[in-house]
Amino acid sequence: MSGLRELYQEVILDHNRNPRNFRRIEGASHHAHGHNPLCGDKVEVFLVVEDGVVADVAFEGDGCAISTASASLMTEQLRGKSLAEAQALFDQFHDLLTGGAEPAKDLGKLGVLAGVREFPTRVKCATLPWHTLQAALRRQPDATTE
Amino acid sequence: MSSPRAISNIGTGLDVERIRADFPILRTSVHGKPLVYFDNAASAQKPQAVIDAIAHCYAHEYANIHRGVHYLSESLTGRYEAVRERIARFVNAPSAKEIVFTRGTTEAINLVAHSFLRPRLKAGDEILITAMEHHSNIVPWQMLCEETGAELRVVPISNAGELDLEAYERLLSDRTKLVGVVHVSNALGTVNPVKAMIELAHARGVPVLVDGAQSVPHVRVDVQALDADFFAFSGHKLYGPTGIGVLYGKLRHLQEMRPYQGGGDMIKYVTFAKTEYADPPQRFEAGTPHIVGVIGLGAAIDYVESVGLEAIAAHEDALLQYATERLLEVDGVRVIGTAVAKAGVLSFLMKQAHPHDIGTILDQEGVALRTGHHCAQPVMDRFCIPATARASFAMYNTFEEVDVFVRALEKVNRLFG
Repeated sequence: MSGLRELYQEVILDHNRNPRNFRRIEGASHHAHGHNPLCGDKVEVFLVVEDGVVADVAFEGDGCAISTASASLMTEQLRGKSLAEAQALFDQFHDLLTGGAEPAKDLGKLGVLAGVREFPTRVKCATLPWHTLQAALRRQPDATTE
Repeated sequence: MSSPRAISNIGTGLDVERIRADFPILRTSVHGKPLVYFDNAASAQKPQAVIDAIAHCYAHEYANIHRGVHYLSESLTGRYEAVRERIARFVNAPSAKEIVFTRGTTEAINLVAHSFLRPRLKAGDEILITAMEHHSNIVPWQMLCEETGAELRVVPISNAGELDLEAYERLLSDRTKLVGVVHVSNALGTVNPVKAMIELAHARGVPVLVDGAQSVPHVRVDVQALDADFFAFSGHKLYGPTGIGVLYGKLRHLQEMRPYQGGGDMIKYVTFAKTEYADPPQRFEAGTPHIVGVIGLGAAIDYVESVGLEAIAAHEDALLQYATERLLEVDGVRVIGTAVAKAGVLSFLMKQAHPHDIGTILDQEGVALRTGHHCAQPVMDRFCIPATARASFAMYNTFEEVDVFVRALEKVNRLFG
């Protein structure tokens, strides 16, 4: 159960139960769909970028606790960030989950997702919203975890 | 509620403890817990008899088969062809010539698509399948439709996960060139009335392919009683090796069909001007086949028959009934697939937790089950869900394992509640 407690930390369970910024943004400046073909999880990410800064960000979707919490935490961290900072956050988060890096300070609450590393089949659940974010910023319509 | 003991005592005539001793993997621990293997619909575990047959073949009997004049080749060719005869008896095919070895159910369906249906399909024709097919009985037909301009028609299913047979009758028409139907749904567990469906199709002159991947381990199949034109199944769900499967086809169809792949072993005579193809089943078995896979599949069928398919089915039905009752006691559970006739499969959702989370938490308790769309995305769309968690049962599963499974689900609720 200790591994499970690492994975399903209180912060993650909370964001799963009450996801933040869980809504559509009509007239978003950036928007993409994400899909994990392995499990069927789907997420949509919306951004309003003004003067190179993330003025608003939200998501909708149907996914597991890990992907829902990851998306929710992502939207919290992104608001007010410049596009360069958003990209840096993506890189840090990606390194945390796939490269075994220690949680960088900038990641803030996102560090709680480090427990996912012990569950390799679940890493893609956590990264799906982030790949979808990157697709949106690159103006690609879709992202998948493949 | 009935107690586990009471149901165990119904007595299905199966000595499960003795059977479990035949499957070495069942002594494995996962995360420090005894393995509870409930992912049998994806692939079944292998008895020692199958493992030994494969090892013995490689260690003592191995050579390439067909056309060899030396002892090992001749002897193994005999054993290989004897398995073909064994399989013909297993599904009650009139002749071993009607048993084609393939890599699995998927390849068997693709073979029928390419060699049987493709040459006789034209724009405006229809292929009729059902809303509960596995992707392997959807995509090959879609590919043919794209090529030819034919249309794929789909028989709808009810909220319980049963086929709408009236709609099926209405959808059968002069344009229908083939019906493809799954015998037992891998996502819902529904047992379809394939005999009646074949009768209705034949009344209109329409041939029928039955996807038996999920049925052959649970249900006695008699291809003559069904009057199926084609019946496909895989070895690995029948306690045999991966990479080997079977297509049964009526001889008169097989004789008219073009080859699936060109190569060695499927010819009578080759010159650069012309090649004369071998008769079925060799016509469809180009190249060196999965020889040892066939030997392993033969051992698997011998094992299943020694236990008794009817006793296996009765045991699995009792397990499914018990697991369904116990599952519904867990808070927030919804069963997907509540057909009257079901076999071996229990798909479900929990209010508090996504299937993927259920799968991870159960894995930590040693319980292996499958989560996701089960290669049946249209079924998920039909029920407006992204995925399910699925427990599926085999001859070696026990009522006590169901209790472990239910306790693990209660843990999910404690964590997510």
